[in-house]
Amino acid sequence: MSENLAALRAELNYDKTSKCVQCGYCLPACPTYLTMGKETHSPRGRINLVKMAGEGKIKDLSVLEEPLDLCLGCRACETVCPTGVEYGAILESARAAVTRRKKFSVPVKALRNTLFKKVFPSRRAMKLIGNAMWLYEKTGVQKLARKSGLMEKLPAHLGEFEKIMPAPVSPGERSSLPAVTRAKGEKKYTVAFFVGCVMDAMFRRINHLSVQLLAEVGCDVIVVEKQTCCGALHAHTGELDESRKLAKQNIVAFEQAEVDFIVNNAGGCGAMMVEYDHLLAGEPEWAERARQFAGKTKDISQVLALCGGIKGQERPAERVTYQRSCHMTNVQKVTEDPLGLIKGLPNVELVEMKEANMCCGSAGIYNIVQYDASMEILDYKMKHVKDTQTTTIVTTNPGCLLQMKLGIERENLNDRMRAVHLVEYLAERCGINL
Amino acid sequence: MTDMQIKQIVDIVKTGRVLTDESDRFSYSFDASFGTFLPDAVIQTKSVEEVAELVKFANREKIPVYPRGQSTSLSGGPLPVKGGMVIDLSVMNDLLEIDEEDLVAVVSPGVLTADIHKAAEAKGLMYPPDPSSSHVSTIGGNLAENSGGPRGLKYGVTKDYVIGLEVITPEGEIIRTGGRTVKNVTGYDLTKLIVGSEGTLGIITKAILRLIPKPPASETVMAVFDSLVDAGRAISQILTSGILPSKMELMDQASMVAVENYQPSGLPTDAEALILIELDGHPMAVRDEAEQVSQVCKQIGAREVRVPRTKAEKEDVWKARKLVSPAIVRVKPTKISEDATVPRSKIPEMCRRLQEIKEKYNIHLVVFGHVGDGNLHPNIIADKADKEEMARVEKAVAEIFEAAVQLGGTLSGEHGIGTMKAPFMEMELGAAGLDMMKRIKQAWDPHNIMNPGKIFPEPGQKLVLSE
Repeated sequence: MSENLAALRAELNYDKTSKCVQCGYCLPACPTYLTMGKETHSPRGRINLVKMAGEGKIKDLSVLEEPLDLCLGCRACETVCPTGVEYGAILESARAAVTRRKKFSVPVKALRNTLFKKVFPSRRAMKLIGNAMWLYEKTGVQKLARKSGLMEKLPAHLGEFEKIMPAPVSPGERSSLPAVTRAKGEKKYTVAFFVGCVMDAMFRRINHLSVQLLAEVGCDVIVVEKQTCCGALHAHTGELDESRKLAKQNIVAFEQAEVDFIVNNAGGCGAMMVEYDHLLAGEPEWAERARQFAGKTKDISQVLALCGGIKGQERPAERVTYQRSCHMTNVQKVTEDPLGLIKGLPNVELVEMKEANMCCGSAGIYNIVQYDASMEILDYKMKHVKDTQTTTIVTTNPGCLLQMKLGIERENLNDRMRAVHLVEYLAERCGINL
Repeated sequence: MTDMQIKQIVDIVKTGRVLTDESDRFSYSFDASFGTFLPDAVIQTKSVEEVAELVKFANREKIPVYPRGQSTSLSGGPLPVKGGMVIDLSVMNDLLEIDEEDLVAVVSPGVLTADIHKAAEAKGLMYPPDPSSSHVSTIGGNLAENSGGPRGLKYGVTKDYVIGLEVITPEGEIIRTGGRTVKNVTGYDLTKLIVGSEGTLGIITKAILRLIPKPPASETVMAVFDSLVDAGRAISQILTSGILPSKMELMDQASMVAVENYQPSGLPTDAEALILIELDGHPMAVRDEAEQVSQVCKQIGAREVRVPRTKAEKEDVWKARKLVSPAIVRVKPTKISEDATVPRSKIPEMCRRLQEIKEKYNIHLVVFGHVGDGNLHPNIIADKADKEEMARVEKAVAEIFEAAVQLGGTLSGEHGIGTMKAPFMEMELGAAGLDMMKRIKQAWDPHNIMNPGKIFPEPGQKLVLSE
């Protein structure tokens, strides 16, 4: 084997592909195989392409680009894989290898740089976006834009997304989370709350409610300074080095606090953080610290359940369905706690949709960059949602939440259906308000 | 294929799509066995007429045609070994009709086998063939390969449930064989000829499958043996005691150790074998049979016999069996899954031969599977990067085939011949027997365009597992 090929194999995580015995058990679990209908867009197909590149049979790595780009990264294939192929690791390293060889056009490069290196990691920048959204809505520009049909003409279908953006709270209301919130009643745990970049900018209300729910069940909640974006969006688009940088910053920030758990409320962020040990495995001085961090990372539903759940009040009866966060199911392996919390609420009937484990097509920024593919998956999903005849879709990740809102919009169900985050729903059912 | 030929194919395929990108061609170059073979084009269409046109065109131009389901084949069935076109029939999946009066299912080739199971069960019926890949595999692939499964012991295999087919011949004609009746002796039984012909005689575009009433109850017996040969004897004894279990599965020591290392399930790793027996039928009958089976196992010297009572307990017992496949590949990455099959009476002898082969070639050989019908699954776990080891594996595989044939058995119980077992065909069939098969092939497919390179060995072809 030539030296180049050996280096390429290491870069691609080629060794991990040998675990795939090509049995095809992943095919029925893969949303893109289902909607796009070809092996090229299946986990087995993608792994094979990486294998072929590692064996020098595919010489031009750009052949892999589209199949890798169109992968949602939902990792449902890992859950059904009988041989334990680490698909996520293969996907990320292959994407990074393709990205490294790719010549982006100057504007795209600039946009990537700004988004990934400046905007997501900066709480200030994300805050500005939040403020702009509030201003935009309150000034009536939004109404005008909607009326004029201008939004529909925006590039990359941003118009459709505009409709589903959450109603932003004013900068005044959006005061920062308190540094410390004391447990109500007897203290069970001390937890550090992970704020997240998208959650912080767009769903700060959910963050506030999260802290209150945690306090309600008996947690002292600390919000540490200098925490940053989890790095998931970077990792998924092949910017692994940037992810590592962010991971280290978070590790340092959270090491300052002595806590039992590091709690997040975004399935995608949690999945990224429970894998910090994999991400930093190649750096001995960080490996142990990353392992500690990953070990403490918990989704809020886990901690709420651990503390005995939420005592809901007697409220009007409602039928709800639950759209799982793929990263929570397939990476964090948190599946029972959200269900338990919902089922524990009085007068709430949980109706599971068909193919409940299938991704909604949000997948980070997939719904923006792969709009058509994403909408095909969403429309498929919404068929099953409608069949449940429920009025509320509960989600556990900001991307899924927005996507489900978009689904409701696309199906014209605004008058009889809504999408909420689990935290919002629990707060609503037990009378916690901001 | 030339660009002109591709263009002509695109013209024929009006309602589907023709894939020719490098990424697509590589994605249809493999199955669950060995090797990578690039097709020139992959065609997806739901139209039977378009497929027939394509085959006519291929026959005229002498282009190889490779029908394909979802490529779960363990024998190389769908591999496009000579390039040409792959026809992806998994997209032809619209028809799935259960007829309760005629007791048949009428299906398109791309329908998943598990969906047929579900549709039949919803009406209190059963389609018995149950390959373990049935939630992925298409019925078309099952028909072409004549797939079996654990229930084969009592209910037989795919061919026992097919009574009618619609087939595109290698010359592009659409023919119908058999029909909707169980009894049908009009002329040669072409249905049975097509089933198991591994896609070398035509493309199945529709099938009529026989259904039976679903048995209302089942019981499971688990027995642990200190000696593998004793386990084999117990199996023979049960099968001659007037009871026909629906499933009989064996796990040897190596497979139990692998499962325990992978996901501890409380298996007795110091024992040489564990057998699982499932009985189905009337609730009272199966309870009585479970008792008899337990007695037989105890008499032979089983160290432990257990009859799980609740549904959850039963599921636990079968779960351990399901874990064997994933568990053993964690030992080493390459799994060579054989399905040599012997007459029931020779099961203990075959178990003994396998032990000898394992020691002789110092290979990692695991025996588990549907032991009751003689279809032992000797799996060899190796690392294909290790050339020296693979050479030993190749010899061991050849010897496993020889042992099976010597004991009056067969090379393949349910996976098919494909590319891998072709070199051993003459050993089982004899020169004249193989020649008769070749003549059938020549009569059906004069230009040898339909799945060429399969079943029949090329001159001098040997088993090669290392690349």
